[in-house]
Amino acid sequence: MRPVYVAGVGLHPFGRFAEKSLTALGTHAVRAALADAGVGRGGFGAAFCGSVYGGVAAGHKVLTALGLSGVPIVNVEAGCASGGAALALGATAVASGRHDVVLVFGLEKMPRGIIRSSFFEPWREEAGLAATPAYFALRAQRLMLESDVRLEDLARVSAKNHRHGVANPYAMYRKALSVEEILASPVVCEPLRLLMLCAPNEGAAAVVLSARPTPVRVAAAALRSHHAGSVLGEHTPLSGLADDGVPTPTEMAAADAYAEAGLGPGDLHLVELQDTDAAREILSAEELGLCAKRGGGRWVRDGGGEMASRLPVNPSGGLLSKGEPLGASALGQIVELSWQLRGAAGPRQVPGAQVALAHTVGRGANACVVILTR
Amino acid sequence: MPGTRVISEGLFVIEADGPRLLAGRCAACGKLHFPAAPVCPYCGADGALETRVGPAARLCLYTAVLSRPPGYRGEVPYGFGVAELEGGLRVIARLTESRLERLRPGLALRLVVEPLCTDDDGTAILSYAFRPDEA
Repeated sequence: MRPVYVAGVGLHPFGRFAEKSLTALGTHAVRAALADAGVGRGGFGAAFCGSVYGGVAAGHKVLTALGLSGVPIVNVEAGCASGGAALALGATAVASGRHDVVLVFGLEKMPRGIIRSSFFEPWREEAGLAATPAYFALRAQRLMLESDVRLEDLARVSAKNHRHGVANPYAMYRKALSVEEILASPVVCEPLRLLMLCAPNEGAAAVVLSARPTPVRVAAAALRSHHAGSVLGEHTPLSGLADDGVPTPTEMAAADAYAEAGLGPGDLHLVELQDTDAAREILSAEELGLCAKRGGGRWVRDGGGEMASRLPVNPSGGLLSKGEPLGASALGQIVELSWQLRGAAGPRQVPGAQVALAHTVGRGANACVVILTR
Repeated sequence: MPGTRVISEGLFVIEADGPRLLAGRCAACGKLHFPAAPVCPYCGADGALETRVGPAARLCLYTAVLSRPPGYRGEVPYGFGVAELEGGLRVIARLTESRLERLRPGLALRLVVEPLCTDDDGTAILSYAFRPDEA
Protein backbone atom coordinates (compact mmCIF):
# COMPACT_ATOMS: atom_id res chain seq x y z
CA MET A 1 0.00 0.00 0.00
CA ARG A 2 1.31 3.47 -0.85
CA PRO A 3 0.79 6.77 0.97
CA VAL A 4 -2.31 8.86 0.23
CA TYR A 5 -2.41 12.67 0.28
CA VAL A 6 -5.06 15.39 0.34
CA ALA A 7 -4.60 17.29 -2.92
CA GLY A 8 -7.57 19.63 -2.62
CA VAL A 9 -10.59 20.49 -0.47
CA GLY A 10 -13.85 22.37 -0.98
CA LEU A 11 -16.79 23.23 1.24
CA HIS A 12 -20.27 24.64 0.84
CA PRO A 13 -21.34 26.37 4.08
CA PHE A 14 -23.59 24.33 6.39
CA GLY A 15 -27.01 25.90 6.96
CA ARG A 16 -30.42 26.12 5.31
CA PHE A 17 -30.54 27.03 1.62
CA ALA A 18 -34.14 26.82 0.42
CA GLU A 19 -33.28 28.25 -2.99
CA LYS A 20 -30.54 25.70 -3.76
CA SER A 21 -30.94 22.11 -4.92
CA LEU A 22 -28.99 19.26 -3.39
CA THR A 23 -27.06 18.95 -6.64
CA ALA A 24 -26.16 22.65 -6.54
CA LEU A 25 -24.71 22.27 -3.05
CA GLY A 26 -22.64 19.34 -4.30
CA THR A 27 -21.34 21.06 -7.44
CA HIS A 28 -20.19 24.02 -5.33
CA ALA A 29 -18.04 21.84 -3.06
CA VAL A 30 -16.75 19.60 -5.87
CA ARG A 31 -15.69 22.55 -8.07
CA ALA A 32 -13.91 24.16 -5.13
CA ALA A 33 -12.01 20.95 -4.30
CA LEU A 34 -11.02 20.27 -7.91
CA ALA A 35 -9.84 23.88 -8.34
CA ASP A 36 -7.88 23.66 -5.08
CA ALA A 37 -6.23 20.46 -6.34
CA GLY A 38 -5.65 21.78 -9.84
CA VAL A 39 -7.55 18.78 -11.21
CA GLY A 40 -9.87 19.03 -14.19
CA ARG A 41 -11.95 16.75 -16.38
CA GLY A 42 -10.29 13.35 -16.66
CA GLY A 43 -8.10 14.17 -13.69
CA PHE A 44 -9.59 11.66 -11.27
CA GLY A 45 -10.19 7.95 -11.72
CA ALA A 46 -13.19 7.36 -9.46
CA ALA A 47 -15.62 9.22 -7.23
CA PHE A 48 -17.19 8.27 -3.89
CA CYS A 49 -20.20 10.25 -2.63
CA GLY A 50 -21.64 10.13 0.89
CA SER A 51 -25.33 10.93 1.43
CA VAL A 52 -28.19 9.60 3.55
CA TYR A 53 -31.32 11.41 2.40
CA GLY A 54 -29.99 12.30 -1.07
CA GLY A 55 -31.99 9.62 -2.87
CA VAL A 56 -31.07 7.70 -5.98
CA ALA A 57 -27.67 8.39 -7.56
CA ALA A 58 -27.04 11.66 -5.71
CA GLY A 59 -23.35 11.60 -6.60
CA HIS A 60 -24.03 10.84 -10.26
CA LYS A 61 -26.29 13.87 -10.50
CA VAL A 62 -23.55 16.18 -9.23
CA LEU A 63 -20.88 14.91 -11.61
CA THR A 64 -23.36 14.81 -14.49
CA ALA A 65 -24.18 18.46 -13.85
CA LEU A 66 -20.48 19.30 -14.11
CA GLY A 67 -19.80 17.14 -17.19
CA LEU A 68 -17.46 15.00 -15.11
CA SER A 69 -19.19 11.62 -15.32
CA GLY A 70 -17.77 8.55 -17.02
CA VAL A 71 -15.59 7.44 -14.12
CA PRO A 72 -16.92 4.92 -11.59
CA ILE A 73 -19.19 6.76 -9.13
CA VAL A 74 -20.13 5.01 -5.89
CA ASN A 75 -22.80 6.38 -3.56
CA VAL A 76 -22.11 5.53 0.06
CA GLU A 77 -24.50 5.51 3.02
CA ALA A 78 -23.33 4.92 6.59
CA GLY A 79 -25.56 7.27 8.59
CA CYS A 80 -23.73 10.21 10.16
CA ALA A 81 -20.45 8.54 9.16
CA SER A 82 -21.30 8.39 5.42
CA GLY A 83 -18.64 10.88 4.38
CA GLY A 84 -16.05 9.08 6.49
CA ALA A 85 -16.98 5.80 4.85
CA ALA A 86 -16.62 7.41 1.40
CA LEU A 87 -13.21 8.76 2.41
CA ALA A 88 -12.07 5.34 3.66
CA LEU A 89 -13.08 3.79 0.31
CA GLY A 90 -11.35 6.54 -1.67
CA ALA A 91 -8.17 6.28 0.38
CA THR A 92 -8.06 2.52 -0.18
CA ALA A 93 -8.55 3.02 -3.93
CA VAL A 94 -5.47 5.28 -4.06
CA ALA A 95 -3.36 3.33 -1.53
CA SER A 96 -3.91 0.10 -3.44
CA GLY A 97 -2.71 1.64 -6.69
CA ARG A 98 -6.07 1.18 -8.40
CA HIS A 99 -6.34 4.93 -8.97
CA ASP A 100 -3.82 7.76 -8.70
CA VAL A 101 -6.41 10.42 -7.93
CA VAL A 102 -9.97 10.07 -6.61
CA LEU A 103 -12.73 12.51 -5.73
CA VAL A 104 -14.59 12.06 -2.45
CA PHE A 105 -17.57 14.22 -1.64
CA GLY A 106 -20.62 14.34 0.58
CA LEU A 107 -23.85 16.29 0.41
CA GLU A 108 -27.15 16.55 2.23
CA LYS A 109 -30.40 18.45 2.51
CA MET A 110 -31.92 17.16 5.73
CA PRO A 111 -35.72 17.06 6.06
CA ARG A 112 -37.08 19.50 8.65
CA GLY A 113 -38.43 18.55 12.06
CA ILE A 114 -37.90 15.20 13.75
CA ILE A 115 -36.43 13.16 10.96
CA ARG A 116 -38.00 9.95 9.80
CA SER A 117 -35.50 7.15 9.40
CA SER A 118 -36.11 3.92 7.49
CA PHE A 119 -33.76 2.39 10.08
CA PHE A 120 -36.78 1.86 12.34
CA GLU A 121 -39.35 -0.78 11.42
CA PRO A 122 -42.90 0.65 11.05
CA TRP A 123 -44.07 -0.97 14.31
CA ARG A 124 -41.23 0.73 16.22
CA GLU A 125 -42.33 4.09 14.82
CA GLU A 126 -45.94 3.37 15.75
CA ALA A 127 -44.84 2.31 19.25
CA GLY A 128 -43.05 5.63 19.81
CA LEU A 129 -39.59 4.06 19.71
CA ALA A 130 -38.28 6.15 16.78
CA ALA A 131 -37.65 9.16 19.02
CA THR A 132 -34.03 9.86 18.09
CA PRO A 133 -33.34 12.61 20.68
CA ALA A 134 -34.55 10.22 23.40
CA TYR A 135 -31.76 7.77 22.53
CA PHE A 136 -29.25 10.62 22.83
CA ALA A 137 -30.84 11.48 26.18
CA LEU A 138 -30.48 7.90 27.49
CA ARG A 139 -26.85 7.89 26.42
CA ALA A 140 -26.30 11.18 28.22
CA GLN A 141 -28.04 9.91 31.35
CA ARG A 142 -25.90 6.77 31.30
CA LEU A 143 -22.75 8.88 31.07
CA MET A 144 -23.93 10.95 34.03
CA LEU A 145 -24.89 7.90 36.12
CA GLU A 146 -21.64 6.06 35.47
CA SER A 147 -19.28 8.99 35.98
CA ASP A 148 -19.24 12.44 37.53
CA VAL A 149 -20.39 14.24 34.36
CA ARG A 150 -22.93 16.87 35.45
CA LEU A 151 -25.56 18.85 33.59
CA GLU A 152 -23.33 21.94 33.77
CA ASP A 153 -20.57 20.00 32.02
CA LEU A 154 -22.86 19.35 29.07
CA ALA A 155 -23.56 23.08 28.90
CA ARG A 156 -19.82 23.85 29.10
CA VAL A 157 -19.16 21.64 26.05
CA SER A 158 -21.87 23.37 24.07
CA ALA A 159 -20.63 26.82 25.17
CA LYS A 160 -17.09 25.92 24.07
CA ASN A 161 -18.14 24.74 20.63
CA HIS A 162 -20.40 27.72 20.07
CA ARG A 163 -17.54 30.01 21.11
CA HIS A 164 -15.30 28.30 18.55
CA GLY A 165 -18.00 28.52 15.89
CA VAL A 166 -18.10 32.31 16.02
CA ALA A 167 -14.88 32.34 13.95
CA ASN A 168 -16.17 29.89 11.32
CA PRO A 169 -17.88 31.48 8.28
CA TYR A 170 -19.02 28.01 7.16
CA ALA A 171 -21.00 27.40 10.39
CA MET A 172 -24.78 27.82 10.69
CA TYR A 173 -24.68 29.32 14.19
CA ARG A 174 -22.02 31.94 14.91
CA LYS A 175 -23.18 33.29 18.24
CA ALA A 176 -21.41 32.75 21.54
CA LEU A 177 -23.73 31.22 24.17
CA SER A 178 -23.23 31.25 27.91
CA VAL A 179 -23.53 28.17 30.11
CA GLU A 180 -26.56 29.84 31.73
CA GLU A 181 -28.28 30.45 28.37
CA ILE A 182 -27.73 26.84 27.37
CA LEU A 183 -29.07 25.51 30.67
CA ALA A 184 -32.10 27.77 30.36
CA SER A 185 -33.00 26.60 26.85
CA PRO A 186 -36.05 24.30 26.55
CA VAL A 187 -35.74 20.67 27.57
CA VAL A 188 -35.95 18.42 24.50
CA CYS A 189 -35.49 15.12 26.35
CA GLU A 190 -34.18 15.27 29.90
CA PRO A 191 -31.26 15.85 30.50
CA LEU A 192 -30.68 17.39 27.06
CA ARG A 193 -31.61 21.00 26.42
CA LEU A 194 -32.21 22.43 22.94
CA LEU A 195 -28.84 24.21 22.86
CA MET A 196 -27.04 20.97 23.73
CA LEU A 197 -28.21 19.33 20.47
CA CYS A 198 -26.98 19.91 16.93
CA ALA A 199 -29.43 20.95 14.22
CA PRO A 200 -29.87 18.82 11.11
CA ASN A 201 -29.26 21.04 8.06
CA GLU A 202 -27.76 21.25 4.57
CA GLY A 203 -24.31 21.41 3.09
CA ALA A 204 -21.63 19.74 1.01
CA ALA A 205 -17.92 19.00 1.29
CA ALA A 206 -15.37 17.54 -1.13
CA VAL A 207 -11.83 16.20 -0.93
CA VAL A 208 -9.44 15.19 -3.72
CA LEU A 209 -7.10 12.34 -2.72
CA SER A 210 -3.90 11.68 -4.61
CA ALA A 211 -0.85 9.43 -4.61
CA ARG A 212 1.28 12.50 -5.44
CA PRO A 213 2.79 13.98 -2.27
CA THR A 214 1.24 17.17 -0.86
CA PRO A 215 1.70 18.74 2.60
CA VAL A 216 -1.30 16.82 4.06
CA ARG A 217 -1.13 13.04 4.29
CA VAL A 218 -3.98 10.66 5.13
CA ALA A 219 -2.11 8.64 7.75
CA ALA A 220 -5.14 6.48 8.57
CA ALA A 221 -8.79 6.07 7.60
CA ALA A 222 -10.53 3.40 9.66
CA LEU A 223 -14.17 2.37 9.59
CA ARG A 224 -15.77 -0.14 11.97
CA SER A 225 -19.28 -1.34 12.83
CA HIS A 226 -20.64 -2.28 16.23
CA HIS A 227 -20.27 -5.53 18.08
CA ALA A 228 -23.54 -7.32 18.67
CA GLY A 229 -25.51 -5.96 21.59
CA SER A 230 -23.80 -2.60 21.98
CA VAL A 231 -27.06 -0.77 21.54
CA LEU A 232 -26.44 2.37 23.53
CA GLY A 233 -22.99 2.84 22.06
CA GLU A 234 -25.17 4.33 19.36
CA HIS A 235 -28.93 4.31 18.93
CA THR A 236 -29.45 0.84 17.54
CA PRO A 237 -32.74 -0.78 18.50
CA LEU A 238 -31.35 -4.27 18.82
CA SER A 239 -31.55 -5.98 22.12
CA GLY A 240 -29.79 -4.41 25.02
CA LEU A 241 -27.19 -2.14 26.47
CA ALA A 242 -23.55 -2.56 25.66
CA ASP A 243 -22.18 -5.37 27.75
CA ASP A 244 -19.31 -4.26 29.94
CA GLY A 245 -16.05 -4.80 28.15
CA VAL A 246 -17.50 -4.77 24.64
CA PRO A 247 -15.58 -2.14 22.66
CA THR A 248 -17.68 0.49 20.87
CA PRO A 249 -17.36 1.21 17.14
CA THR A 250 -15.40 4.38 17.99
CA GLU A 251 -12.96 2.48 20.22
CA MET A 252 -12.40 -0.11 17.51
CA ALA A 253 -11.97 2.44 14.72
CA ALA A 254 -9.64 4.54 16.89
CA ALA A 255 -7.49 1.52 17.73
CA ASP A 256 -7.24 0.68 14.01
CA ALA A 257 -6.43 4.28 13.07
CA TYR A 258 -3.79 4.77 15.78
CA ALA A 259 -2.15 1.47 14.75
CA GLU A 260 -2.24 2.34 11.04
CA ALA A 261 -0.71 5.78 11.64
CA GLY A 262 1.74 4.57 14.28
CA LEU A 263 0.47 7.39 16.53
CA GLY A 264 -1.48 7.72 19.74
CA PRO A 265 -3.75 10.29 21.41
CA GLY A 266 -0.70 12.01 22.91
CA ASP A 267 0.60 12.84 19.42
CA LEU A 268 -2.50 14.75 18.33
CA HIS A 269 -2.56 18.55 17.95
CA LEU A 270 -6.26 18.98 17.26
CA VAL A 271 -9.42 16.92 16.91
CA GLU A 272 -12.77 17.31 15.17
CA LEU A 273 -15.12 14.81 16.79
CA GLN A 274 -18.78 13.82 16.78
CA ASP A 275 -20.78 16.25 18.91
CA THR A 276 -24.35 15.59 17.76
CA ASP A 277 -25.14 16.35 21.37
CA ALA A 278 -22.92 17.70 24.14
CA ALA A 279 -22.76 14.35 25.96
CA ARG A 280 -21.65 12.68 22.73
CA GLU A 281 -18.59 14.97 22.67
CA ILE A 282 -17.58 13.85 26.16
CA LEU A 283 -18.18 10.19 25.33
CA SER A 284 -16.22 10.60 22.06
CA ALA A 285 -13.29 12.16 23.92
CA GLU A 286 -13.23 9.19 26.32
CA GLU A 287 -13.56 6.62 23.52
CA LEU A 288 -10.79 8.25 21.46
CA GLY A 289 -8.48 8.27 24.48
CA LEU A 290 -8.30 12.09 24.72
CA CYS A 291 -9.08 11.77 28.42
CA ALA A 292 -9.45 8.92 30.89
CA LYS A 293 -12.44 6.58 30.75
CA ARG A 294 -15.10 8.09 33.03
CA GLY A 295 -12.84 11.11 33.31
CA GLY A 296 -14.79 13.21 30.80
CA GLY A 297 -16.43 15.40 33.42
CA ARG A 298 -13.14 16.38 34.93
CA TRP A 299 -11.70 16.88 31.42
CA VAL A 300 -14.45 19.40 30.62
CA ARG A 301 -14.14 21.22 33.95
CA ASP A 302 -10.36 21.49 33.45
CA GLY A 303 -10.90 23.22 30.11
CA GLY A 304 -10.31 20.15 27.92
CA GLY A 305 -10.84 20.85 24.24
CA GLU A 306 -10.64 24.65 24.57
CA MET A 307 -8.62 26.51 21.92
CA ALA A 308 -6.06 27.44 24.56
CA SER A 309 -5.73 23.88 25.85
CA ARG A 310 -3.08 21.36 24.84
CA LEU A 311 -5.50 19.63 22.48
CA PRO A 312 -8.25 21.81 20.95
CA VAL A 313 -11.39 19.82 20.15
CA ASN A 314 -13.82 21.03 17.50
CA PRO A 315 -12.03 24.31 16.67
CA SER A 316 -14.52 24.61 13.78
CA GLY A 317 -17.33 24.90 16.31
CA GLY A 318 -18.29 21.26 15.80
CA LEU A 319 -21.68 20.07 14.66
CA LEU A 320 -23.24 22.06 17.52
CA SER A 321 -22.23 25.25 15.65
CA LYS A 322 -22.13 24.04 12.08
CA GLY A 323 -25.25 21.88 12.13
CA GLU A 324 -25.26 18.38 10.70
CA PRO A 325 -25.80 17.57 7.03
CA LEU A 326 -25.28 13.82 7.47
CA GLY A 327 -23.52 12.94 4.23
CA ALA A 328 -21.28 16.03 4.35
CA SER A 329 -20.42 16.33 8.03
CA ALA A 330 -17.49 13.88 8.14
CA LEU A 331 -15.88 15.39 5.04
CA GLY A 332 -16.46 18.86 6.47
CA GLN A 333 -14.13 17.78 9.27
CA ILE A 334 -11.51 16.66 6.73
CA VAL A 335 -11.72 20.00 4.92
CA GLU A 336 -11.32 21.90 8.20
CA LEU A 337 -8.38 19.76 9.35
CA SER A 338 -6.66 20.07 5.96
CA TRP A 339 -6.89 23.86 6.25
CA GLN A 340 -5.51 23.61 9.79
CA LEU A 341 -2.55 21.46 8.72
CA ARG A 342 -1.82 23.86 5.85
CA GLY A 343 -1.87 26.73 8.34
CA ALA A 344 -4.78 28.26 6.42
CA ALA A 345 -7.54 28.19 9.04
CA GLY A 346 -7.47 31.92 9.69
CA PRO A 347 -8.83 32.97 13.10
CA ARG A 348 -9.48 29.29 13.97
CA GLN A 349 -5.87 28.28 13.36
CA VAL A 350 -4.31 25.97 15.94
CA PRO A 351 -0.67 27.11 15.96
CA GLY A 352 1.81 24.53 14.71
CA ALA A 353 -0.81 21.88 13.99
CA GLN A 354 0.80 18.81 12.40
CA VAL A 355 -1.30 15.84 13.52
CA ALA A 356 -5.10 15.93 13.43
CA LEU A 357 -7.89 13.43 14.02
CA ALA A 358 -11.45 13.38 12.64
CA HIS A 359 -14.21 11.23 14.13
CA THR A 360 -17.81 10.46 13.20
CA VAL A 361 -20.35 7.96 14.49
CA GLY A 362 -23.36 6.88 12.49
CA ARG A 363 -26.51 4.87 12.64
CA GLY A 364 -25.84 1.21 12.05
CA ALA A 365 -23.95 1.63 14.34
CA ASN A 366 -20.61 2.48 12.85
CA ALA A 367 -17.72 4.86 13.39
CA CYS A 368 -15.00 6.37 11.25
CA VAL A 369 -11.67 7.73 12.49
CA VAL A 370 -9.29 9.55 10.14
CA ILE A 371 -5.83 10.79 11.04
CA LEU A 372 -4.16 13.48 8.91
CA THR A 373 -0.52 14.48 9.27
CA ARG A 374 1.63 17.22 7.90
CA MET B 1 -68.03 -3.23 18.65
CA PRO B 2 -64.61 -2.11 17.48
CA GLY B 3 -61.91 -4.70 17.98
CA THR B 4 -58.27 -4.57 18.86
CA ARG B 5 -55.06 -5.39 17.04
CA VAL B 6 -51.55 -5.88 18.36
CA ILE B 7 -48.93 -3.41 17.16
CA SER B 8 -46.89 -6.25 15.67
CA GLU B 9 -47.25 -10.02 15.81
CA GLY B 10 -44.68 -12.00 17.73
CA LEU B 11 -43.67 -9.35 20.30
CA PHE B 12 -45.66 -10.44 23.36
CA VAL B 13 -48.26 -12.86 24.72
CA ILE B 14 -50.66 -12.46 27.62
CA GLU B 15 -50.64 -15.15 30.29
CA ALA B 16 -52.91 -15.50 33.31
CA ASP B 17 -50.59 -13.58 35.64
CA GLY B 18 -49.52 -10.93 33.13
CA PRO B 19 -47.91 -10.41 29.75
CA ARG B 20 -44.57 -11.82 28.59
CA LEU B 21 -42.17 -10.57 25.91
CA LEU B 22 -41.31 -13.13 23.25
CA ALA B 23 -37.53 -13.17 23.37
CA GLY B 24 -35.13 -15.56 21.69
CA ARG B 25 -32.57 -17.60 23.59
CA CYS B 26 -29.55 -18.66 21.56
CA ALA B 27 -28.94 -22.43 21.70
CA ALA B 28 -25.20 -21.84 21.22
CA CYS B 29 -24.24 -18.85 23.42
CA GLY B 30 -27.29 -18.74 25.69
CA LYS B 31 -27.87 -14.99 25.32
CA LEU B 32 -31.34 -13.52 25.13
CA HIS B 33 -32.47 -11.13 22.41
CA PHE B 34 -35.71 -9.30 21.63
CA PRO B 35 -37.71 -9.50 19.43
CA ALA B 36 -37.10 -13.23 18.89
CA ALA B 37 -35.21 -13.87 15.67
CA PRO B 38 -34.09 -17.06 13.98
CA VAL B 39 -30.42 -16.04 14.09
CA CYS B 40 -28.68 -14.93 17.28
CA PRO B 41 -27.56 -11.28 16.86
CA TYR B 42 -24.71 -11.87 19.32
CA CYS B 43 -22.99 -14.95 17.85
CA GLY B 44 -24.74 -15.63 14.54
CA ALA B 45 -25.84 -19.15 15.45
CA ASP B 46 -29.07 -20.53 13.97
CA GLY B 47 -31.85 -22.09 15.97
CA ALA B 48 -32.63 -19.64 18.76
CA LEU B 49 -35.52 -20.86 20.92
CA GLU B 50 -38.47 -18.62 21.69
CA THR B 51 -38.49 -17.79 25.39
CA ARG B 52 -41.15 -15.93 27.36
CA VAL B 53 -39.66 -13.21 29.57
CA GLY B 54 -41.32 -11.00 32.18
CA PRO B 55 -43.40 -9.49 33.56
CA ALA B 56 -40.99 -8.27 36.28
CA ALA B 57 -38.29 -5.81 35.22
CA ARG B 58 -35.97 -3.16 36.59
CA LEU B 59 -35.46 0.37 35.24
CA CYS B 60 -31.95 1.16 33.95
CA LEU B 61 -32.24 4.46 32.06
CA TYR B 62 -35.15 6.78 31.36
CA THR B 63 -36.27 10.06 29.88
CA ALA B 64 -39.53 11.64 28.76
CA VAL B 65 -40.50 12.21 25.14
CA LEU B 66 -42.32 15.54 24.94
CA SER B 67 -43.21 15.82 21.27
CA ARG B 68 -44.61 13.16 18.98
CA PRO B 69 -41.92 11.27 17.03
CA PRO B 70 -42.62 10.17 13.43
CA GLY B 71 -45.27 7.47 13.11
CA TYR B 72 -46.44 7.68 16.74
CA ARG B 73 -50.12 8.48 17.40
CA GLY B 74 -50.26 7.86 21.14
CA GLU B 75 -50.30 10.40 23.93
CA VAL B 76 -47.41 12.72 24.77
CA PRO B 77 -45.52 13.12 26.94
CA TYR B 78 -44.59 9.51 27.54
CA GLY B 79 -41.75 7.81 29.35
CA PHE B 80 -38.99 6.14 27.40
CA GLY B 81 -36.27 3.98 28.81
CA VAL B 82 -34.25 0.82 29.07
CA ALA B 83 -35.71 -1.98 31.19
CA GLU B 84 -33.83 -5.07 32.30
CA LEU B 85 -35.76 -8.32 32.53
CA GLU B 86 -34.80 -11.71 33.91
CA GLY B 87 -31.77 -13.28 32.29
CA GLY B 88 -30.20 -9.86 31.75
CA LEU B 89 -32.36 -9.03 28.71
CA ARG B 90 -32.44 -5.26 28.26
CA VAL B 91 -35.04 -3.67 26.02
CA ILE B 92 -35.83 -0.13 24.93
CA ALA B 93 -39.48 0.54 25.62
CA ARG B 94 -42.20 3.03 26.35
CA LEU B 95 -42.90 3.72 30.03
CA THR B 96 -46.39 4.49 31.28
CA GLU B 97 -44.92 7.08 33.65
CA SER B 98 -43.43 10.25 32.15
CA ARG B 99 -43.04 12.24 35.41
CA LEU B 100 -39.32 11.88 35.93
CA GLU B 101 -39.52 12.52 39.67
CA ARG B 102 -41.39 9.23 39.91
CA LEU B 103 -38.64 7.30 38.13
CA ARG B 104 -35.18 6.31 39.31
CA PRO B 105 -32.49 3.80 38.31
CA GLY B 106 -33.26 0.36 39.73
CA LEU B 107 -36.99 1.02 40.11
CA ALA B 108 -39.09 -2.16 39.96
CA LEU B 109 -41.21 -2.28 36.80
CA ARG B 110 -43.96 -4.49 35.49
CA LEU B 111 -44.62 -5.30 31.85
CA VAL B 112 -48.10 -4.27 30.72
CA VAL B 113 -49.99 -4.51 27.43
CA GLU B 114 -52.41 -1.66 26.89
CA PRO B 115 -54.11 0.38 24.18
CA LEU B 116 -51.66 2.87 22.66
CA CYS B 117 -53.97 4.65 20.22
CA THR B 118 -57.04 4.03 18.10
CA ASP B 119 -57.36 3.58 14.34
CA ASP B 120 -59.91 5.64 12.38
CA ASP B 121 -62.39 2.73 12.50
CA GLY B 122 -62.14 2.55 16.28
CA THR B 123 -59.78 -0.42 16.45
CA ALA B 124 -57.57 -0.12 19.53
CA ILE B 125 -53.88 -0.81 18.95
CA LEU B 126 -52.29 -2.79 21.76
CA SER B 127 -48.64 -2.35 22.62
CA TYR B 128 -46.33 -3.24 25.47
CA ALA B 129 -44.90 -0.83 28.01
CA PHE B 130 -43.48 -0.88 31.51
CA ARG B 131 -45.10 0.72 34.53
CA PRO B 132 -43.65 1.30 37.98
CA ASP B 133 -44.52 -1.72 40.14
CA GLU B 134 -46.38 -0.33 43.13
CA ALA B 135 -46.58 -3.66 44.98
